[in-house]
Amino acid sequence: MIRLIDVYKEYDNGTKALNAIDMRIDDGEFAFLVGPSGSGKSTIIKLITAEESPTAGQVVVNGFNLNNIRHWQIPYMRRTLGVIFQDFRLNKKKTVWGNLEFTMRIIGASRKEMRQRIPYVLDLVGLTDKSDALPDEISGGEQQRVAIARALINNPQMIIADEPTGNLDPTFSLEIMTLLERINAMGTTMLVVTHEKDLVNRFGKRVIAIKDGELIRDAQGGYGRPV
Amino acid sequence: MKKHGFNLFYFIREGFASIFSHGLMSFAAVCMIVACLLIMGSFSLLAVNADNLLSEAEDDNEFLVFIDETFTDDQINALGAQIMALPNVDAANVRFIPKEDAKATYIERYGDESMYASLPDEVFRDRISIHVLDLSKFKETVDAVKALEGAANVRDQSELAMSFVAVRNGATALATVLVGLLVCVSLFIIANTIRLAAFTRKEEIAIMKMCGATDGFVRWPFLIEGLVLGLTGAIVAFFLQWGVYILVLQGLEESGVFSIFVPIPFLEIWKMVLAVFCGAGALIGMVGSGLAIGKFLQV
Repeated sequence: MIRLIDVYKEYDNGTKALNAIDMRIDDGEFAFLVGPSGSGKSTIIKLITAEESPTAGQVVVNGFNLNNIRHWQIPYMRRTLGVIFQDFRLNKKKTVWGNLEFTMRIIGASRKEMRQRIPYVLDLVGLTDKSDALPDEISGGEQQRVAIARALINNPQMIIADEPTGNLDPTFSLEIMTLLERINAMGTTMLVVTHEKDLVNRFGKRVIAIKDGELIRDAQGGYGRPV
Repeated sequence: MKKHGFNLFYFIREGFASIFSHGLMSFAAVCMIVACLLIMGSFSLLAVNADNLLSEAEDDNEFLVFIDETFTDDQINALGAQIMALPNVDAANVRFIPKEDAKATYIERYGDESMYASLPDEVFRDRISIHVLDLSKFKETVDAVKALEGAANVRDQSELAMSFVAVRNGATALATVLVGLLVCVSLFIIANTIRLAAFTRKEEIAIMKMCGATDGFVRWPFLIEGLVLGLTGAIVAFFLQWGVYILVLQGLEESGVFSIFVPIPFLEIWKMVLAVFCGAGALIGMVGSGLAIGKFLQV
Protein backbone atom coordinates (compact mmCIF):
# COMPACT_ATOMS: atom_id res chain seq x y z
CA MET A 1 0.00 0.00 0.00
CA ILE A 2 1.20 3.48 -0.87
CA ARG A 3 -0.22 6.64 0.66
CA LEU A 4 0.92 10.14 -0.22
CA ILE A 5 -0.80 12.83 1.86
CA ASP A 6 -0.53 16.47 0.79
CA VAL A 7 3.04 15.95 -0.38
CA TYR A 8 5.25 18.81 -1.51
CA LYS A 9 8.76 18.43 -2.82
CA GLU A 10 11.18 21.25 -3.52
CA TYR A 11 14.78 20.39 -4.42
CA ASP A 12 17.80 22.23 -3.03
CA ASN A 13 18.18 24.14 -6.32
CA GLY A 14 14.70 25.59 -5.86
CA THR A 15 12.88 23.35 -8.35
CA LYS A 16 9.33 22.70 -7.16
CA ALA A 17 8.76 19.09 -8.24
CA LEU A 18 5.53 18.21 -6.45
CA ASN A 19 2.66 20.32 -5.23
CA ALA A 20 0.02 19.01 -2.80
CA ILE A 21 -0.05 15.44 -4.09
CA ASP A 22 -2.64 13.16 -2.53
CA MET A 23 -2.55 9.61 -3.74
CA ARG A 24 -3.45 6.15 -2.53
CA ILE A 25 -2.65 2.77 -4.07
CA ASP A 26 -4.12 -0.15 -2.20
CA ASP A 27 -2.73 -3.65 -1.89
CA GLY A 28 -3.29 -5.72 -5.03
CA GLU A 29 -4.02 -2.71 -7.27
CA PHE A 30 -2.55 -2.09 -10.72
CA ALA A 31 -1.99 1.59 -11.49
CA PHE A 32 -0.25 3.52 -14.25
CA LEU A 33 1.49 6.76 -13.36
CA VAL A 34 1.59 8.95 -16.44
CA GLY A 35 2.65 12.43 -17.36
CA PRO A 36 5.07 14.38 -19.56
CA SER A 37 8.80 14.59 -18.87
CA GLY A 38 9.55 16.75 -15.85
CA SER A 39 6.02 16.40 -14.52
CA GLY A 40 7.15 14.85 -11.23
CA LYS A 41 6.72 11.09 -11.88
CA SER A 42 10.34 10.28 -11.06
CA THR A 43 10.16 12.36 -7.89
CA ILE A 44 7.16 10.31 -6.74
CA ILE A 45 9.13 7.09 -7.36
CA LYS A 46 12.12 8.50 -5.45
CA LEU A 47 9.88 9.41 -2.52
CA ILE A 48 8.38 5.92 -2.51
CA THR A 49 11.81 4.26 -2.57
CA ALA A 50 13.14 6.67 0.09
CA GLU A 51 15.82 8.08 -2.21
CA GLU A 52 14.34 11.49 -1.45
CA SER A 53 12.25 12.78 1.40
CA PRO A 54 9.28 15.14 1.03
CA THR A 55 9.57 18.85 1.84
CA ALA A 56 6.12 18.59 3.41
CA GLY A 57 3.41 15.97 3.74
CA GLN A 58 3.37 12.28 4.58
CA VAL A 59 4.60 9.26 2.61
CA VAL A 60 3.64 5.79 3.82
CA VAL A 61 4.83 2.67 1.96
CA ASN A 62 3.82 -0.87 2.94
CA GLY A 63 3.40 0.12 6.57
CA PHE A 64 6.58 2.22 6.80
CA ASN A 65 6.08 5.91 7.49
CA LEU A 66 8.93 7.37 5.44
CA ASN A 67 8.76 10.72 7.24
CA ASN A 68 10.25 9.26 10.37
CA ILE A 69 11.89 6.08 9.09
CA ARG A 70 15.37 5.43 10.55
CA HIS A 71 18.26 5.03 8.13
CA TRP A 72 18.79 1.39 9.13
CA GLN A 73 15.11 0.61 8.43
CA ILE A 74 15.25 1.76 4.80
CA PRO A 75 16.70 -1.54 3.44
CA TYR A 76 13.91 -3.47 5.16
CA MET A 77 11.30 -1.13 3.65
CA ARG A 78 12.89 -1.57 0.20
CA ARG A 79 12.65 -5.34 0.56
CA THR A 80 8.88 -4.90 0.39
CA LEU A 81 9.34 -3.33 -3.06
CA GLY A 82 10.65 -4.65 -6.35
CA VAL A 83 11.93 -1.99 -8.71
CA ILE A 84 12.20 -2.34 -12.50
CA PHE A 85 14.15 0.22 -14.51
CA GLN A 86 13.89 1.29 -18.15
CA ASP A 87 17.54 0.36 -18.79
CA PHE A 88 17.24 -3.01 -16.96
CA ARG A 89 20.37 -2.37 -14.79
CA LEU A 90 21.43 -5.99 -14.71
CA ASN A 91 24.88 -7.07 -13.59
CA LYS A 92 26.51 -7.83 -16.95
CA LYS A 93 29.16 -10.06 -15.38
CA LYS A 94 26.64 -12.41 -13.82
CA THR A 95 24.40 -14.89 -15.57
CA VAL A 96 20.62 -14.67 -15.38
CA TRP A 97 20.74 -17.13 -12.49
CA GLY A 98 23.63 -15.18 -10.90
CA ASN A 99 21.66 -11.92 -10.99
CA LEU A 100 18.76 -13.53 -9.17
CA GLU A 101 21.00 -15.38 -6.72
CA PHE A 102 22.79 -12.16 -5.86
CA THR A 103 19.49 -10.38 -5.17
CA MET A 104 18.49 -13.17 -2.80
CA ARG A 105 21.91 -13.12 -1.16
CA ILE A 106 21.36 -9.44 -0.33
CA ILE A 107 18.49 -10.33 1.98
CA GLY A 108 20.34 -13.27 3.51
CA ALA A 109 18.45 -16.10 1.82
CA SER A 110 19.88 -19.59 2.19
CA ARG A 111 21.13 -21.72 -0.72
CA LYS A 112 18.12 -23.99 -0.28
CA GLU A 113 15.74 -21.04 -0.58
CA MET A 114 17.59 -19.91 -3.71
CA ARG A 115 17.39 -23.36 -5.30
CA GLN A 116 13.64 -23.40 -4.70
CA ARG A 117 12.75 -19.81 -5.59
CA ILE A 118 14.92 -19.02 -8.62
CA PRO A 119 13.58 -21.82 -10.92
CA TYR A 120 10.03 -20.87 -9.94
CA VAL A 121 10.51 -17.20 -10.85
CA LEU A 122 12.44 -18.02 -14.04
CA ASP A 123 9.53 -20.21 -15.10
CA LEU A 124 7.10 -17.41 -14.26
CA VAL A 125 8.87 -14.98 -16.60
CA GLY A 126 9.55 -17.66 -19.24
CA LEU A 127 13.34 -17.74 -18.99
CA THR A 128 14.01 -21.23 -17.65
CA ASP A 129 16.19 -22.07 -20.65
CA LYS A 130 18.21 -18.84 -20.33
CA SER A 131 19.38 -19.25 -16.75
CA ASP A 132 23.03 -19.71 -17.75
CA ALA A 133 23.09 -16.85 -20.26
CA LEU A 134 24.79 -13.54 -19.64
CA PRO A 135 22.63 -10.42 -20.09
CA ASP A 136 24.47 -9.46 -23.29
CA GLU A 137 23.62 -12.83 -24.81
CA ILE A 138 19.84 -12.30 -24.65
CA SER A 139 17.41 -9.84 -26.26
CA GLY A 140 16.20 -6.56 -24.73
CA GLY A 141 12.81 -8.07 -23.99
CA GLU A 142 14.46 -11.01 -22.26
CA GLN A 143 16.72 -8.69 -20.28
CA GLN A 144 13.66 -6.82 -19.07
CA ARG A 145 12.10 -10.13 -18.05
CA VAL A 146 15.24 -10.86 -16.06
CA ALA A 147 14.80 -7.45 -14.40
CA ILE A 148 11.19 -8.38 -13.61
CA ALA A 149 12.38 -11.71 -12.20
CA ARG A 150 14.89 -9.86 -10.05
CA ALA A 151 12.16 -7.52 -8.79
CA LEU A 152 9.98 -10.54 -7.98
CA ILE A 153 12.62 -12.83 -6.53
CA ASN A 154 12.35 -11.65 -2.93
CA ASN A 155 8.56 -11.84 -3.08
CA PRO A 156 7.82 -8.12 -2.59
CA GLN A 157 4.42 -6.71 -1.73
CA MET A 158 4.66 -4.22 -4.58
CA ILE A 159 6.49 -3.76 -7.87
CA ILE A 160 7.39 -0.31 -9.15
CA ALA A 161 8.23 -0.30 -12.83
CA ASP A 162 9.85 2.89 -14.10
CA GLU A 163 9.29 3.05 -17.87
CA PRO A 164 9.69 -0.74 -18.18
CA THR A 165 8.97 -0.71 -21.92
CA GLY A 166 10.89 2.46 -22.78
CA ASN A 167 13.74 0.57 -24.45
CA LEU A 168 11.64 -2.10 -26.12
CA ASP A 169 9.85 -2.44 -29.42
CA PRO A 170 6.00 -2.69 -29.38
CA THR A 171 5.91 -6.51 -29.47
CA PHE A 172 8.19 -6.86 -26.47
CA SER A 173 6.39 -3.96 -24.73
CA LEU A 174 3.08 -5.75 -24.91
CA GLU A 175 4.68 -8.96 -23.75
CA ILE A 176 6.25 -7.23 -20.72
CA MET A 177 3.06 -5.41 -19.79
CA THR A 178 1.09 -8.65 -20.05
CA LEU A 179 3.62 -10.29 -17.75
CA LEU A 180 3.24 -7.47 -15.22
CA GLU A 181 -0.53 -7.83 -15.39
CA ARG A 182 -0.20 -11.57 -14.75
CA ILE A 183 2.05 -10.93 -11.73
CA ASN A 184 -0.49 -8.42 -10.42
CA ALA A 185 -3.21 -11.01 -10.79
CA MET A 186 -1.17 -13.20 -8.42
CA GLY A 187 -1.50 -10.53 -5.72
CA THR A 188 1.47 -8.22 -6.15
CA THR A 189 0.59 -4.53 -6.20
CA MET A 190 1.84 -2.84 -9.40
CA LEU A 191 2.73 0.78 -10.09
CA VAL A 192 3.90 1.32 -13.65
CA VAL A 193 5.34 4.64 -14.81
CA THR A 194 5.01 5.00 -18.56
CA HIS A 195 4.65 7.36 -21.50
CA GLU A 196 3.01 4.81 -23.75
CA LYS A 197 -0.58 5.94 -24.19
CA ASP A 198 -1.64 3.10 -26.47
CA LEU A 199 -0.34 0.51 -24.08
CA VAL A 200 -2.08 2.15 -21.12
CA ASN A 201 -5.36 2.37 -22.97
CA ARG A 202 -5.09 -1.24 -24.08
CA PHE A 203 -4.99 -2.50 -20.50
CA GLY A 204 -7.77 -0.25 -19.18
CA LYS A 205 -6.35 0.00 -15.65
CA ARG A 206 -6.32 2.86 -13.18
CA VAL A 207 -4.35 5.86 -14.46
CA ILE A 208 -2.86 8.58 -12.23
CA ALA A 209 -1.82 11.58 -14.31
CA ILE A 210 0.68 14.16 -13.12
CA LYS A 211 1.51 17.49 -14.75
CA ASP A 212 3.78 20.24 -13.44
CA GLY A 213 3.95 18.50 -10.09
CA GLU A 214 0.19 18.33 -9.61
CA LEU A 215 -2.18 15.41 -9.78
CA ILE A 216 -4.58 16.24 -12.59
CA ARG A 217 -6.43 12.96 -13.06
CA ASP A 218 -6.95 9.73 -11.19
CA ALA A 219 -9.41 7.39 -12.85
CA GLN A 220 -9.99 3.85 -14.04
CA GLY A 221 -10.08 2.84 -17.68
CA GLY A 222 -7.16 4.31 -19.54
CA TYR A 223 -5.37 7.51 -20.35
CA GLY A 224 -8.47 9.56 -21.09
CA ARG A 225 -8.04 12.84 -22.84
CA PRO A 226 -4.52 14.18 -23.46
CA VAL A 227 -2.98 15.77 -20.41
CA MET B 1 15.76 -13.71 6.99
CA LYS B 2 19.09 -12.71 8.49
CA LYS B 3 21.42 -15.55 7.71
CA HIS B 4 24.59 -13.78 6.67
CA GLY B 5 26.89 -16.65 7.69
CA PHE B 6 27.85 -17.88 4.25
CA ASN B 7 28.04 -14.30 2.94
CA LEU B 8 31.46 -14.14 4.58
CA PHE B 9 32.88 -16.09 1.64
CA TYR B 10 31.14 -13.70 -0.75
CA PHE B 11 32.59 -10.67 1.07
CA ILE B 12 36.10 -12.15 0.99
CA ARG B 13 35.82 -13.14 -2.68
CA GLU B 14 34.53 -9.69 -3.66
CA GLY B 15 37.23 -7.98 -1.58
CA PHE B 16 40.04 -9.91 -3.29
CA ALA B 17 38.49 -9.51 -6.74
CA SER B 18 38.37 -5.76 -6.24
CA ILE B 19 42.07 -5.63 -5.27
CA PHE B 20 43.10 -7.22 -8.56
CA SER B 21 40.61 -5.24 -10.66
CA HIS B 22 42.63 -2.06 -10.01
CA GLY B 23 46.00 -3.58 -9.27
CA LEU B 24 48.11 -0.45 -9.70
CA MET B 25 46.22 1.55 -7.09
CA SER B 26 46.30 -1.45 -4.76
CA PHE B 27 50.06 -1.71 -5.26
CA ALA B 28 50.47 2.02 -4.49
CA ALA B 29 48.37 1.62 -1.34
CA VAL B 30 50.45 -1.33 -0.16
CA CYS B 31 53.68 0.60 -0.86
CA MET B 32 52.46 3.54 1.21
CA ILE B 33 51.55 1.28 4.11
CA VAL B 34 54.96 -0.40 3.87
CA ALA B 35 56.71 2.99 3.93
CA CYS B 36 54.59 4.17 6.84
CA LEU B 37 55.16 1.06 8.91
CA LEU B 38 58.85 0.85 8.08
CA ILE B 39 59.49 4.40 9.24
CA MET B 40 57.27 3.95 12.26
CA GLY B 41 59.01 0.65 13.04
CA SER B 42 62.53 2.04 12.63
CA PHE B 43 61.94 4.92 15.00
CA SER B 44 60.05 2.74 17.43
CA LEU B 45 62.92 0.22 17.50
CA LEU B 46 65.36 3.07 18.08
CA ALA B 47 63.18 4.28 20.95
CA VAL B 48 62.85 0.73 22.33
CA ASN B 49 66.62 0.28 22.26
CA ALA B 50 67.22 3.67 23.89
CA ASP B 51 64.66 2.75 26.51
CA ASN B 52 66.41 -0.57 27.08
CA LEU B 53 69.75 1.19 27.51
CA LEU B 54 68.11 3.62 29.85
CA SER B 55 66.69 0.77 31.91
CA GLU B 56 70.16 -0.76 32.13
CA ALA B 57 71.56 2.61 33.14
CA GLU B 58 68.79 2.96 35.69
CA ASP B 59 69.93 -0.33 37.23
CA ASP B 60 73.28 1.42 37.72
CA ASN B 61 71.87 4.78 38.74
CA GLU B 62 74.47 5.49 41.35
CA PHE B 63 76.69 8.52 41.97
CA LEU B 64 79.22 9.36 44.65
CA VAL B 65 79.48 12.47 46.80
CA PHE B 66 82.93 13.08 48.34
CA ILE B 67 82.82 14.53 51.81
CA ASP B 68 84.79 17.52 53.00
CA GLU B 69 87.82 16.19 54.95
CA THR B 70 87.20 18.67 57.77
CA PHE B 71 83.79 17.19 58.54
CA THR B 72 83.34 15.34 61.84
CA ASP B 73 81.39 12.08 62.16
CA ASP B 74 78.36 13.99 63.49
CA GLN B 75 78.46 16.34 60.54
CA ILE B 76 78.80 13.38 58.16
CA ASN B 77 75.75 11.75 59.78
CA ALA B 78 73.82 15.01 59.42
CA LEU B 79 74.84 15.23 55.75
CA GLY B 80 73.66 11.64 55.24
CA ALA B 81 70.28 12.51 56.74
CA GLN B 82 69.99 15.58 54.49
CA ILE B 83 70.75 13.48 51.41
CA MET B 84 68.18 10.84 52.38
CA ALA B 85 65.55 13.59 52.72
CA LEU B 86 66.10 14.82 49.15
CA PRO B 87 63.45 14.00 46.54
CA ASN B 88 64.35 11.30 43.97
CA VAL B 89 66.94 9.79 46.34
CA ASP B 90 66.48 6.12 47.16
CA ALA B 91 66.84 6.57 50.95
CA ALA B 92 67.22 2.85 51.56
CA ASN B 93 70.31 2.77 49.35
CA VAL B 94 72.25 5.76 50.71
CA ARG B 95 75.51 4.24 51.90
CA PHE B 96 78.51 5.77 53.67
CA ILE B 97 81.87 4.48 52.37
CA PRO B 98 84.89 5.30 54.59
CA LYS B 99 88.15 6.19 52.83
CA GLU B 100 89.72 2.88 53.92
CA ASP B 101 87.05 0.92 52.10
CA ALA B 102 87.40 3.20 49.09
CA LYS B 103 91.13 2.46 49.00
CA ALA B 104 90.50 -1.30 49.25
CA THR B 105 88.00 -1.17 46.40
CA TYR B 106 90.42 0.88 44.32
CA ILE B 107 93.23 -1.59 44.81
CA GLU B 108 90.90 -4.51 44.12
CA ARG B 109 89.71 -2.94 40.88
CA TYR B 110 93.09 -1.86 39.57
CA GLY B 111 95.09 -4.89 40.74
CA ASP B 112 98.58 -5.39 42.21
CA GLU B 113 98.14 -4.82 45.92
CA SER B 114 101.93 -4.51 46.51
CA MET B 115 102.09 -1.54 44.15
CA TYR B 116 99.54 0.45 46.18
CA ALA B 117 100.47 -0.87 49.65
CA SER B 118 102.31 2.28 50.60
CA LEU B 119 99.42 4.51 49.49
CA PRO B 120 98.14 6.40 52.58
CA ASP B 121 94.39 6.27 53.33
CA GLU B 122 94.29 10.10 53.35
CA VAL B 123 94.69 10.14 49.58
CA PHE B 124 91.09 8.95 49.45
CA ARG B 125 88.05 10.76 50.80
CA ASP B 126 85.10 9.50 52.76
CA ARG B 127 82.19 9.29 50.40
CA ILE B 128 78.49 8.56 50.23
CA SER B 129 76.99 6.37 47.52
CA ILE B 130 73.56 7.57 46.36
CA HIS B 131 70.98 5.86 44.11
CA VAL B 132 68.35 7.90 42.31
CA LEU B 133 64.80 6.71 41.71
CA ASP B 134 64.08 8.42 38.36
CA LEU B 135 67.01 8.70 35.99
CA SER B 136 65.36 11.50 34.00
CA LYS B 137 65.75 13.69 37.15
CA PHE B 138 69.32 12.57 37.70
CA LYS B 139 70.92 15.97 37.06
CA GLU B 140 68.54 17.83 39.39
CA THR B 141 69.33 15.35 42.15
CA VAL B 142 73.09 15.68 41.61
CA ASP B 143 72.77 19.49 41.71
CA ALA B 144 70.75 19.31 44.93
CA VAL B 145 73.45 17.12 46.57
CA LYS B 146 76.22 19.41 45.33
CA ALA B 147 74.48 22.35 47.00
CA LEU B 148 74.67 20.69 50.42
CA GLU B 149 77.32 21.86 52.88
CA GLY B 150 80.06 19.27 53.19
CA ALA B 151 79.66 17.89 49.68
CA ALA B 152 83.18 18.58 48.39
CA ASN B 153 82.73 16.97 45.02
CA VAL B 154 80.39 14.70 43.11
CA ARG B 155 81.24 11.98 40.58
CA ASP B 156 78.37 11.17 38.27
CA GLN B 157 77.58 10.06 34.74
CA SER B 158 74.66 12.38 34.26
CA GLU B 159 75.70 13.39 30.76
CA LEU B 160 75.59 9.79 29.60
CA ALA B 161 72.26 9.23 31.32
CA MET B 162 70.85 12.43 29.83
CA SER B 163 72.02 11.49 26.36
CA PHE B 164 70.09 8.21 26.62
CA VAL B 165 67.02 10.12 27.73
CA ALA B 166 67.50 12.59 24.86
CA VAL B 167 67.81 9.79 22.28
CA ARG B 168 64.72 8.07 23.61
CA ASN B 169 62.65 11.24 23.76
CA GLY B 170 63.88 12.43 20.37
CA ALA B 171 63.17 9.12 18.69
CA THR B 172 59.72 8.95 20.27
CA ALA B 173 58.85 12.52 19.26
CA LEU B 174 60.14 12.10 15.71
CA ALA B 175 58.41 8.75 15.36
CA THR B 176 55.15 10.27 16.58
CA VAL B 177 55.28 13.17 14.12
CA LEU B 178 56.39 11.04 11.17
CA VAL B 179 53.91 8.30 11.92
CA GLY B 180 51.14 10.89 12.22
CA LEU B 181 51.99 12.30 8.81
CA LEU B 182 52.45 8.92 7.18
CA VAL B 183 49.24 7.56 8.66
CA CYS B 184 47.38 10.52 7.12
CA VAL B 185 49.03 9.92 3.73
CA SER B 186 48.35 6.18 3.94
CA LEU B 187 44.72 6.78 4.87
CA PHE B 188 44.40 9.15 1.91
CA ILE B 189 45.88 6.61 -0.53
CA ILE B 190 43.83 3.73 0.85
CA ALA B 191 40.69 5.84 0.83
CA ASN B 192 41.31 6.80 -2.81
CA THR B 193 41.96 3.18 -3.78
CA ILE B 194 38.70 2.09 -2.20
CA ARG B 195 36.88 5.15 -3.58
CA LEU B 196 38.01 4.16 -7.06
CA ALA B 197 36.78 0.62 -6.48
CA ALA B 198 33.46 1.92 -5.17
CA PHE B 199 33.15 4.38 -8.04
CA THR B 200 33.56 1.68 -10.68
CA ARG B 201 30.82 -0.24 -8.89
CA LYS B 202 28.62 2.78 -8.19
CA GLU B 203 25.77 1.52 -10.36
CA GLU B 204 25.96 -1.94 -8.81
CA ILE B 205 25.91 -0.45 -5.32
CA ALA B 206 22.85 1.64 -6.22
CA ILE B 207 21.03 -1.48 -7.46
CA MET B 208 22.04 -3.41 -4.36
CA LYS B 209 20.68 -0.65 -2.15
CA MET B 210 17.47 -0.53 -4.18
CA CYS B 211 17.08 -4.29 -3.70
CA GLY B 212 17.27 -3.84 0.06
CA ALA B 213 20.98 -4.31 0.79
CA THR B 214 22.00 -2.98 4.17
CA ASP B 215 24.96 -0.60 4.49
CA GLY B 216 26.92 -3.43 6.09
CA PHE B 217 26.34 -5.78 3.15
CA VAL B 218 27.67 -3.17 0.74
CA ARG B 219 30.49 -2.05 3.01
CA TRP B 220 32.03 -5.39 4.05
CA PRO B 221 33.76 -6.30 0.76
CA PHE B 222 35.42 -2.87 0.74
CA LEU B 223 36.47 -3.19 4.37
CA ILE B 224 37.95 -6.60 3.59
CA GLU B 225 39.77 -5.08 0.62
CA GLY B 226 41.23 -2.41 2.93
CA LEU B 227 42.07 -5.04 5.54
CA VAL B 228 43.88 -7.24 3.01
CA LEU B 229 45.83 -4.26 1.64
CA GLY B 230 46.74 -3.21 5.18
CA LEU B 231 47.84 -6.69 6.24
CA THR B 232 49.81 -7.24 3.03
CA GLY B 233 51.63 -3.97 3.65
CA ALA B 234 52.24 -4.98 7.27
CA ILE B 235 53.78 -8.34 6.39
CA VAL B 236 56.01 -6.88 3.66
CA ALA B 237 57.07 -4.10 6.05
CA PHE B 238 57.81 -6.64 8.79
CA PHE B 239 60.31 -8.57 6.67
CA LEU B 240 61.89 -5.37 5.36
CA GLN B 241 62.16 -4.11 8.93
CA TRP B 242 63.85 -7.33 9.93
CA GLY B 243 66.39 -6.92 7.13
CA VAL B 244 67.02 -3.27 7.92
CA TYR B 245 67.50 -4.05 11.62
CA ILE B 246 70.01 -6.82 10.87
CA LEU B 247 71.91 -4.51 8.50
CA VAL B 248 72.04 -1.73 11.10
CA LEU B 249 73.25 -4.17 13.77
CA GLN B 250 75.98 -5.41 11.44
CA GLY B 251 77.04 -1.82 10.80
CA LEU B 252 77.14 -1.08 14.52
CA GLU B 253 79.10 -4.24 15.23
CA GLU B 254 81.72 -3.29 12.67
CA SER B 255 82.00 0.21 14.13
CA GLY B 256 82.66 -1.21 17.59
CA VAL B 257 79.70 0.47 19.23
CA PHE B 258 78.73 -2.86 20.83
CA SER B 259 81.46 -2.28 23.42
CA ILE B 260 79.32 0.57 24.77
CA PHE B 261 75.90 -1.00 24.51
CA VAL B 262 74.23 -4.16 23.23
CA PRO B 263 71.07 -3.68 21.16
CA ILE B 264 68.05 -5.96 21.57
CA PRO B 265 68.25 -8.91 19.12
CA PHE B 266 65.37 -8.85 16.59
CA LEU B 267 64.40 -12.43 17.46
CA GLU B 268 63.57 -11.23 20.97
CA ILE B 269 61.06 -8.67 19.74
CA TRP B 270 59.78 -10.02 16.41
CA LYS B 271 56.41 -11.08 17.82
CA MET B 272 55.76 -7.61 19.20
CA VAL B 273 56.88 -5.96 15.94
CA LEU B 274 54.68 -8.28 13.84
CA ALA B 275 51.66 -7.71 16.10
CA VAL B 276 52.07 -3.93 16.04
CA PHE B 277 52.60 -3.88 12.26
CA CYS B 278 49.58 -6.09 11.59
CA GLY B 279 47.42 -4.10 13.99
CA ALA B 280 48.46 -0.77 12.50
CA GLY B 281 48.16 -2.05 8.91
CA ALA B 282 44.71 -3.51 9.51
CA LEU B 283 43.54 -0.35 11.24
CA ILE B 284 44.82 1.95 8.49
CA GLY B 285 43.26 -0.29 5.82
CA MET B 286 39.86 -0.56 7.43
CA VAL B 287 39.59 3.06 8.56
CA GLY B 288 40.64 4.22 5.07
CA SER B 289 37.97 2.00 3.50
CA GLY B 290 35.33 3.12 5.95
CA LEU B 291 36.07 6.76 5.16
CA ALA B 292 35.90 6.15 1.40
CA ILE B 293 32.73 4.09 1.13
CA GLY B 294 30.47 6.31 3.22
CA LYS B 295 29.20 8.61 0.49
CA PHE B 296 28.40 5.72 -1.87
CA LEU B 297 25.96 4.36 0.69
CA GLN B 298 23.79 7.48 0.53
CA VAL B 299 21.38 5.97 -2.00
